[in-house]
Amino acid sequence: MEYEAVIGLEVHVQIKAESKIFSRVRAGYGHEPNKLVDPVVMGLPGALPVMNKAALDGIIKAGLALNCTIPETCKWDRKNYFYPDSPNNYQITQYDQPICDGGYVEIELPGKNRGEMGEHKKIKLTRIHLENDVGKLNHFADDSLVDYNRAFTSLMEIVSEPDMHSGEEAFAFLTAIRQTMIYCGISDCDMEKGQMRADANISVRPVGQKELGQKIELKNLNSITGVKNGIEYEIKRQTRELKKGNVIKQATWRWNADLGQTEMMREKEDAHDYRYFPDPDLMPVRIDEEWKAKLQAEIPELPWDKQRRFMEEYGLPYSITAVLVPDRVLSDWFESAAKQQPKLAQAIGNLVANDLLRELSEAGQRLEDCKITPDSLLGLVQVVEKGTIPKNVANKDVFPEMFKSGETAEQVIERKGLKPDFDEGQVKVWCQEAIDENPKPVQNYKDGNEKALNALLGPVMKKSKGKANPQLVNKLIRELID
Amino acid sequence: MSEELYYKSASELSELLDKKELSAVDLMKATIARTKQVEEKVGAFNSYDEVDALAQADASDARRAAGNSLGPLDGIPVGIKDNLAVNGQPLTCSSKMLEKFVSPYDATCIEKLKSQGAVLWGRLNLDEYAMGSSTENSAFKTTSNPWNLDCIPGGSSGGSAAAAAAGQAVMTLGSDTGGSIRQPASHCGVVGLKPTYGRVSRYGLAAFASSLDQVGPLTRSVKDAALLLQAISGHDERDSTSYRTETQNFVAALEKLRGRKWTLGLPKEYFASAADTPAMKPVLEAIEFYKSLGCEVKEVSLPHTDYAVATYYIIATAEASSNLARYDGIRYTHRAEKFDAKDSVDIYCQSRAEGFGEEVKRRIILGTYVLSSGYYDAYYLKAQKVRTLIRQDFEKAFENVDALLTPTSPTPAFKKGEKSSDPLSMYLSDIYTISANLAGIPGMSLPCGYSDGLPVGLQILGKPFKEDELLAIANEFEAAHPFKDQHPSL
Amino acid sequence: MSEKTHIDIEYTAKLARINLTDAEKEKLSGQLDSIIGYVEKLEELDTDGVEPTAHPHPVYNVWQEDEVKGELSTEEALKNAPAQRDNMIVVPKVVD
Repeated sequence: MEYEAVIGLEVHVQIKAESKIFSRVRAGYGHEPNKLVDPVVMGLPGALPVMNKAALDGIIKAGLALNCTIPETCKWDRKNYFYPDSPNNYQITQYDQPICDGGYVEIELPGKNRGEMGEHKKIKLTRIHLENDVGKLNHFADDSLVDYNRAFTSLMEIVSEPDMHSGEEAFAFLTAIRQTMIYCGISDCDMEKGQMRADANISVRPVGQKELGQKIELKNLNSITGVKNGIEYEIKRQTRELKKGNVIKQATWRWNADLGQTEMMREKEDAHDYRYFPDPDLMPVRIDEEWKAKLQAEIPELPWDKQRRFMEEYGLPYSITAVLVPDRVLSDWFESAAKQQPKLAQAIGNLVANDLLRELSEAGQRLEDCKITPDSLLGLVQVVEKGTIPKNVANKDVFPEMFKSGETAEQVIERKGLKPDFDEGQVKVWCQEAIDENPKPVQNYKDGNEKALNALLGPVMKKSKGKANPQLVNKLIRELID
Repeated sequence: MSEELYYKSASELSELLDKKELSAVDLMKATIARTKQVEEKVGAFNSYDEVDALAQADASDARRAAGNSLGPLDGIPVGIKDNLAVNGQPLTCSSKMLEKFVSPYDATCIEKLKSQGAVLWGRLNLDEYAMGSSTENSAFKTTSNPWNLDCIPGGSSGGSAAAAAAGQAVMTLGSDTGGSIRQPASHCGVVGLKPTYGRVSRYGLAAFASSLDQVGPLTRSVKDAALLLQAISGHDERDSTSYRTETQNFVAALEKLRGRKWTLGLPKEYFASAADTPAMKPVLEAIEFYKSLGCEVKEVSLPHTDYAVATYYIIATAEASSNLARYDGIRYTHRAEKFDAKDSVDIYCQSRAEGFGEEVKRRIILGTYVLSSGYYDAYYLKAQKVRTLIRQDFEKAFENVDALLTPTSPTPAFKKGEKSSDPLSMYLSDIYTISANLAGIPGMSLPCGYSDGLPVGLQILGKPFKEDELLAIANEFEAAHPFKDQHPSL
Repeated sequence: MSEKTHIDIEYTAKLARINLTDAEKEKLSGQLDSIIGYVEKLEELDTDGVEPTAHPHPVYNVWQEDEVKGELSTEEALKNAPAQRDNMIVVPKVVD
């Protein structure tokens, strides 16, 4: 019997903002314990929550970017449960009127090889709502210590439909969400800092069966790779159990990344009775068309759209777009050069995706801080295009210098004397010499072997001490033979 | 009129202070002396800090001497209900849970009083977490009615009402969720005003029921009520339920609206149940007085009155069950010494068992029940819908009248211990006051006479944000019936 | 609701996180049954199509702009803590 897995994800994303969701105390990461606190965050008697406009803007933007419907009104509810990391022992969340309804996330599955685009799918969302984050518990041998710095950070919960079937899909889903959030400036989604967290609901059923199998909740998925590995392990485990004829019992499991396996956290407990009710301390939110339009206008072109456009408009190969597009800053950098000379976009793309990224990583630099500019890079490509210097010289000798010093291509060529000290007429002479010295390849070419002339390139380059432009050499040789 | 200093009104005292005929320090000393003289009998205070109060008074004198008076409240001692946060002062809510709690911040209304130079004086007793009508639910002490020490002062702001009546403060702040300002004011013979919901910031008021709670003044005169209400009113961006209205000058409104011929409504449902009790006599006489002024008095109907108590006790307890969840033995409250550490929830269960009194537990459990799975629609949602009907009753009534006149309480103050065994009968005595909280409208209680030597209050209910009219209507009565000059013999 | 509602005091007190003695359970459930019996009078009213009231005077979109203001020092925030160590609140070991 064949089995298939059905997976739904609940993804929590912290919205980037100066202050917290219901308090104007600073939001942040990596501070001394209990520094980012005030009466609201500590749940002191008399403290009251006040909405943060930036958190609302953030989630509405996220909803628009993920194709959700934004209802005209939504409200706040209290979810009542006791836990030491929850200052009020209720979480302010949205129960039956979330701020974003439905929607979907477009994902890309891995292609046959790295140079080939994989299948695109739409993973349906149930909803996205806003809530307050909770504090952090630090566990010790005999007790736990509570730090409320994280409490009341703005948190979005993105809930998917049970619409995924593999660890790969879950991985792609999180990657797509992360890129979208970063593109829109909503969140940095740094999982190490807890800015993005995911729990998975996983069930397995015989192929062909309509109803879902018993689902297991999987927690402690601390990285995108962890999500993929944890889910894959859990699917295998459940499938094995079913094949043995065992029944899957409802429970919460945890992914143990060190051991590379899932382990039982707790058996099914009583259904939670959260006693949701509208929060009387907060007023409802009304979202009009004007507000939505304003935020819509702030949403940049999203990654998949950009990738499709780069391929169409600039004729970039998939492999280059796959490097550029995930990084909004990098793709913008590329485009500010490419849009000036769309014909040269491929050459620019190659330089950015290969040479620029290599230099950056070797120098341990951020793109924002590097000395080379899109315009100077374009200048380099144009110099090659004009035939002033060959591409290999540009890449090997000129580009690294430009990167180090911030000079223009011309300045580097001048300084290092890379400009050829001969003209096209001289190249023509060398080409004729090469034709005369190598009759065999020439004959082969005449007999219909297109590639045979490549054998003449080397001798000409030698004569020119590597300074001749290979494209020009090819062109001239053909002209001379034909 | 040679009134004792501690019984003078804030407006009189402010004049004396301005004329340098009195210093704030001397006024504070007189207030402290009076407090100590009667506190053993009255028991209004959970705590007070003499040194701090005298320092505040001293600072006030220095301001006045430098010509920098902060206004009519500068140097006036104001007593504070012990559920309002004052930075550096205890905030106990009269609960063992917060017995050692010291607030690290100021409530907005406290901030406002400080910025106007008021001298904050003492922490006044209340029913634990403001849940009760007699102040017998305090974990620390019972407060007596200054007019008859065997009787309760009312509640939950019993300490605030008793202190004002006994001259232990010039004026006091209370809070009102279902009558907790008006009912004790009526029982202690002082003026008590519950503002429109949203008029005064709730920031720093330990919440009982968020959609019902309001902070308000308890004073010996209408003018002082206007003065104190003005001082604490106004929009506060730290309270999302605080309303944006233009600030009114309530004191000036007293003069401006004097002599208006008001149209006053008598809700028939209130008078039907009150019938001919002795406590009704002063109320009926007060109504006759308004007729004699040429006001039009007509009967109106509030058809859903009979459902108000049920609605209130569902909504208030539901909100309370969630609001009081934060008192859990973890961050700043009482924590049980002994609990089962292996059971992850026992630290809560045991700390809350020890920290909360019986009435609080009763209401938390009731509120938990009405919100719990399977009951929400039948109780909580139903109550929210009936609350709408109750609001609409008032909207309709106010189409034809400016204000409503009713008794504040079915009876004058009862004897201590008389009702504490039967919570439901205690709840039912809130019948006249709770509808104003459900509808979010302003209401005040005004001393209108006595029954068996115990004060009786007239309740005036007004349109939303028309406190100026309420005060003006009350002022007409007070001008002709100066009960404010009568004091209990202590 | 039912003819005569009986509160499940055991379950509800646990939800509310309050330990009760047997005597308290008995006394409270009796009192609460009579209060619940009383509030059930609301069933007499037809509330079909009536909007619930969550706020006496509802307004929409009450918020603040995203500007940092106000905080408590760690010391102030923890000064009432029943148990603390390393500027954190000590709680019994929580098993998640």
